Amino acid sequence: MASSPTNMNIPTDMPTPHVTISASQLDIGHGLHTVAHDINMQMHSGELLVLIGTNGSGKSTLLKTLAGMIAPIRGEVTVLGTQPGGSPRRVAYLPQHPVSSHTLPLRARDIVAMGRYAHLGLFRRAQRADRLIVDDTMHRTGATEFAESPLRDLSGGQQQRTHLAQVLARQAEVLLLDEPTAGLDLSGKYAIAEIIAAERARGVTVVLATHDLQDAESATAVMLLAQRVVAFGPPSAALSDDNVRACFGFTQPH
Amino acid sequence: MISQFALLEPLWDPFSSNEFLRNALLASSLVAIICAIAGTYVVLRGLSFIGDALAHGVIPGIAIALLFGVPGVIGAAIGAVIMMGGVSTITAKVRLSSDTAIGLLFVGMLALGVIITSRSTSFVGDITRILFGELLGVTAADLGWQLVVLVVVAGIAIVAHRPFVLMSLDDGLARTSGFSVKFFHGLMLVMVAMAIVGSFQLVGTLLVLGMLIAPAATGALLARRVSTMMLSAMLFGVVSSYVGLLASYHFDLAAGASIVFTAVYLFGFVAVLTIPRRLRGHGELPHQHEHSH
Repeated sequence: MASSPTNMNIPTDMPTPHVTISASQLDIGHGLHTVAHDINMQMHSGELLVLIGTNGSGKSTLLKTLAGMIAPIRGEVTVLGTQPGGSPRRVAYLPQHPVSSHTLPLRARDIVAMGRYAHLGLFRRAQRADRLIVDDTMHRTGATEFAESPLRDLSGGQQQRTHLAQVLARQAEVLLLDEPTAGLDLSGKYAIAEIIAAERARGVTVVLATHDLQDAESATAVMLLAQRVVAFGPPSAALSDDNVRACFGFTQPH
Repeated sequence: MISQFALLEPLWDPFSSNEFLRNALLASSLVAIICAIAGTYVVLRGLSFIGDALAHGVIPGIAIALLFGVPGVIGAAIGAVIMMGGVSTITAKVRLSSDTAIGLLFVGMLALGVIITSRSTSFVGDITRILFGELLGVTAADLGWQLVVLVVVAGIAIVAHRPFVLMSLDDGLARTSGFSVKFFHGLMLVMVAMAIVGSFQLVGTLLVLGMLIAPAATGALLARRVSTMMLSAMLFGVVSSYVGLLASYHFDLAAGASIVFTAVYLFGFVAVLTIPRRLRGHGELPHQHEHSH
């Protein structure tokens, strides 16, 4: 069903692309319940894979599998040459609805600084370079203005910008983003599009789950999921009306 | 001048002229500091209920130890290990809501503790001692034991601070940051068990939970950072110890219960005081933008 796309369009000014994510005959799901069968793909550095589908279609399950949060049911999958979850410093994952309790005494800045913990381990002190990275990522996601506010005082959109900054602060080579634009206004969506383009330019592979077809336009590859792989390939081919109808049950204007 | 100070004398005289009360203040302050460290993570991670289960789970262990003339601490430690095993198994295996299963487990353990103690000739004295502690009979050896527990609990907090904070935000975040959630969750339970086992002889198993939760929760209401939450929890705990002991001396009240009541009362007081601020904070929440397709 799913075919491996070849001849991806890669701009020439990038570092030599190498394989970052590879899956063959991969079945994903929770426990014994398979959500999607037979996923085959190979992504390279600097590429953007957009996962499209309705709620429960398997987008989040695939991202969690790539993040090493849940084990694959069958088949092979490697991320940066190791099994998923094997390189925490080089892979960063933004879950769909990060838990945010109102009692947590953490400022936005503290949440973003946690993005450096994978590098710092248990004991290493945060250096000036770490603090600069935190400042920079907060600036990029537009979180600077509420940096000193506790999480409990932040709106949903502000929390999302904070969590996104945390994920970027890891400076990973693979970014797994589960609906990063959820709860964001238009300016937030533009900011995320800009961030994704910038990350790709420095050679990062981005996997983005969304149900917004517009997010797929700049993708290297699109995977349409509906508890199975409906289509996989470059956006022009994968997003045919037939495929979109099979994925959503109707065609979206785009 | 002097007469003005004399008016305040009841505030310190009980401690300067009674060694047992001085020891009690020292011991309960140590309990407060130990419980503030462990309690901060318990409150952040929402483990209050597991803390409760642990606090009651140690009772049969203590009861059996006392029955055979073994130090209660050893029995409590064994009880805590069994309880942690039970809680972990339940959380991992049982489909039933873990709240229900943990609740049943600790009621069962409490009942078992009372059954065992009821075989003892001094039943009422024993069970009261286990539940409410013996703050006014603190010895130098007790204080030494407290210091050891403080060092271990503080050591665990220093080593595991980062994973503990990550886990209080999201277990998955800790995992994808390269920390074993299983290991650090276990370590957190060990830390809580240490705090409980190290404190029960003084404030009692029933009240140790109050010292674990109340000062840390009060700190959470006020603090913007985990470090300030922990420090203010220590402060609230020590103040509660002093106020509670003073009240118990002047009005002839149960010492451990007075301390814990003060701690819980302080929480209520601060919670009411901070209502306007929290309302203001939440007022900004409806800013959420609608997700468009």
